[in-house]
Amino acid sequence: MAEHVFVVSGLRAEVAGREVLTGVDLEIRSGEVHVIMGPNGSGKSTLAHALMGRPGYEITSGSIILDGVELVGAPTADRARAGLFLALQQPIEVPGVHLKDAMESAGIPAGEVTQRLATEAAEVGLRPELLDRPLNVDLSGGEAKRNEVVQLATLRPAIAILDEIDSGLDVDALGAVSRRVERATKEWGLGVLAITHFNRLLDELRADKIHVLVGGRIVETGGPEMASRLEETGYAQFTA
Amino acid sequence: MPLVTTDATAALGGPSWLVDRRAEAAEALDALGLPSSREEVWRYSPIDDLEIERYVRGAKMGRAIVPPALIAGAGSVLEIDADGGIGSAVAPSGVSISALSAHPEGAQLLGAATSPADPIVALSTATTPDGVVIDVEKGAMLAEPIVIVRNVANGVSSGRTIVRLAEGAIATVLEVHIGGEGDSLSLPVAELFVGDAANLRYGSVQLLGRAAWHLATINAIVGRDATVSQLTAGLGGQYDRVRTDTVLAGQGASSVLRSTYLGDGDQVHDLRTMQDHVAPKTISDLLCKGAVADTARSVYTGLIRMRHGAVRSNANQSNHNLVLSETAHADSVPNLDISENDVRCSHASTVGPIDEDQRFYLESRGIDRPSAERLLVRGFFADLLERSDIGPAGPVISADIEHRLAGLEVR
Repeated sequence: MAEHVFVVSGLRAEVAGREVLTGVDLEIRSGEVHVIMGPNGSGKSTLAHALMGRPGYEITSGSIILDGVELVGAPTADRARAGLFLALQQPIEVPGVHLKDAMESAGIPAGEVTQRLATEAAEVGLRPELLDRPLNVDLSGGEAKRNEVVQLATLRPAIAILDEIDSGLDVDALGAVSRRVERATKEWGLGVLAITHFNRLLDELRADKIHVLVGGRIVETGGPEMASRLEETGYAQFTA
Repeated sequence: MPLVTTDATAALGGPSWLVDRRAEAAEALDALGLPSSREEVWRYSPIDDLEIERYVRGAKMGRAIVPPALIAGAGSVLEIDADGGIGSAVAPSGVSISALSAHPEGAQLLGAATSPADPIVALSTATTPDGVVIDVEKGAMLAEPIVIVRNVANGVSSGRTIVRLAEGAIATVLEVHIGGEGDSLSLPVAELFVGDAANLRYGSVQLLGRAAWHLATINAIVGRDATVSQLTAGLGGQYDRVRTDTVLAGQGASSVLRSTYLGDGDQVHDLRTMQDHVAPKTISDLLCKGAVADTARSVYTGLIRMRHGAVRSNANQSNHNLVLSETAHADSVPNLDISENDVRCSHASTVGPIDEDQRFYLESRGIDRPSAERLLVRGFFADLLERSDIGPAGPVISADIEHRLAGLEVR
């Protein structure tokens, strides 16, 4: 199993001319699960999008290095090919473009796509007929989230950023999705950066580290035990 | 000097009623004059450049190659040249196919669905050598499509297609315009009569050469509880125009119209639609998706008309345009004309480049930008074609689009 290292340092980013990330530092290795928590507006989603190079999220300084390769300034597709994956909080509908064709264009061999998608759909409880839909078209919120994880598991990236993967999923679905992600950390050493509002993700997904993001930077990092402390005290201690 | 001379209309031959009708149409054309871009239905069009003297009457040419996918699975194929002759077409069971000139009701059928005020229809009628009438018997259910291949010649080609479905009949008719490699003026008119509780699927696919002008008219009259589902595709030609008017004449009648165009080079694609709700509880649904690249232009104007008495009717009209280069341009003008209170109408119109969010989503899966854009453009058309089922029309259209997109530099 290849050992990957993902290092974010001093990352600053603007959205519409306003600085949202004010210096984020992170290091994630293969097989590790990192969870980022923080209040609304702390920059969690901005971090996810900036890492993936979404238009509108402008990195002003800092670096994003995966296995020694600088990704700042690289096109989104190159970041993905380098091994980065983003499961979107709100997956985008793409009428007329079918999941299977997208996976083939992403490099999955044509002869394997159907089987791999079917296997992964079964893993997370996504009804197989939904695999024939154009991307995310007429999917419920929960179905779209499962579909993101199906793509993740099909593409097998080195590092997966999960942006609020827990929203829109019921407990059973969240369990299935979390188990799949956890298994991937062992199966091919997936490194995970999970962004969430809620502790309930931590009930399902075993975290190695928890980071608290406030005001666009990580203000505290701890082990899984931090979750219960945050539950009791909230983020007030960090925002004062 | 009249636009079309009496000698010319007589020289086309046929029964005296047909010769008379051509002459009447020629007179009407002189009274109406050629259309002008100052008129709303011709706004943004290059119609002012039309010089009909330039076109000689359709001469017989070598036949263009018929896309094989069209013929596969067809119940009946009619290849019609510019002289209008239908040859010895074999009609499927429950159908009669006849020349307009030989049809016992030809004189009544000709022009029964068209507007006497339309100069392009008048020009077509004045110059048509003959037409084809497809009659589908009461209750006949055709499993396979009837395919009409129109070989467009140099000069004027004024094909006339009349389709009449008797009560409860089900049929698919697909008309494909090919050839027109020279200086061609194609003026096809289709008149569709959909009887009570009948179901007609009608497709019109235009694959002409790049100098041709194609000014098509498709008029449908839909009876009680009947359905017409149409698909039009403007792919070839220099100036490509389709005008579709669908009259929902009987209570519970419904109409589905899907239209597409792809413009590159200096093509102009022009689509004008009318969803005319006359009777109560009628439904119409229109979706038009087209793309323009290079210096191509497109025009869409559509009208939903809810006439007094069309109570509890429902109409939808959507036009989406993908603009693939800085120098391409699309105009989209949806309109409503409502004279009845108890109706529902909706319309939507978009003009713009490839959606940035959709592109980001595909790129985030590791698909490079050019590939992502190609997927999105193909998907844009696939989305429309997946919502239409008119015999082999879908595969023929997507094959042409696929072929042309391969050579297109998407911005």
